[in-house]
Amino acid sequence: MSSELAQFFWVFSIAIALVMIAGFYCLLLTYNLIRALIGLELLTKGMTLFIILAGYVTGHTGLAQAMAITLIVIEVVLMVVAVGVVLGIFRHNRSIDARLIRNIKG
Amino acid sequence: MITTTHWVLLGALVAGAVWTVLTARLLRSAVGLAITSAILAILMFQLASPLAAVFELSVCAGLISAIFVSTISMTHRVTAEDLAIRLKERLHWFWLLPLILLAAGAALISVHFVLDIRPPAPPAENDVRIVLWKIRHLDLLGQIAILLAGAFGVVALFKEWKDE
Repeated sequence: MSSELAQFFWVFSIAIALVMIAGFYCLLLTYNLIRALIGLELLTKGMTLFIILAGYVTGHTGLAQAMAITLIVIEVVLMVVAVGVVLGIFRHNRSIDARLIRNIKG
Repeated sequence: MITTTHWVLLGALVAGAVWTVLTARLLRSAVGLAITSAILAILMFQLASPLAAVFELSVCAGLISAIFVSTISMTHRVTAEDLAIRLKERLHWFWLLPLILLAAGAALISVHFVLDIRPPAPPAENDVRIVLWKIRHLDLLGQIAILLAGAFGVVALFKEWKDE
């Protein structure tokens, strides 16, 4: 790998790492279920960009795009179902604070 | 290789993510996420991945943001008192995030990382249509299965509401 390409890869990787740290921090510290989903979204954003970056650097942009599209499809389905679950929790508890959910069965 | 545009976009991406996490109001957080998605889509265009960028822009910046905004509007209304309590709570923990990001950024910049990568793919493999339809068509089956699972999941969730 040429030094220019390595620098390119490294600069992008640092930005991706920072976005993922922000997402993980949000996921770790929040009690709000919607905000937790937003943190999860940020983690996914970082991973999507990393796949695209890897494809660009290695010259496999077609494969990287196919995998990124698959990731986006999984992401949107996950979000729709998770939001449905959050709305269900809100209907039962009138709250989306994870600390107040005490009546989960099972 | 790395241009000023890349620097600006990467800075905006990180700033968007930090604003999404730090802002106290959920609606602003959802808007921040949409902005981060849009910047990510521009970066994907810059990295020669236009189809994935279109997906990111339409699905993530558009659809998912709409879902989040709808959910926020359906769940609760924040009063001034709630917001004041929330701001106080967040000050305890979230002021650390910029410091953690600065420390992590400085640590990563100081690391010298060597990668051994494969040579570039033949031109045929760089066409996303060929990759999706000819080489990785099982992925499409997986995507369809996941979409159906998601649809059934939502139907099951809302059926439970109706039965109640």
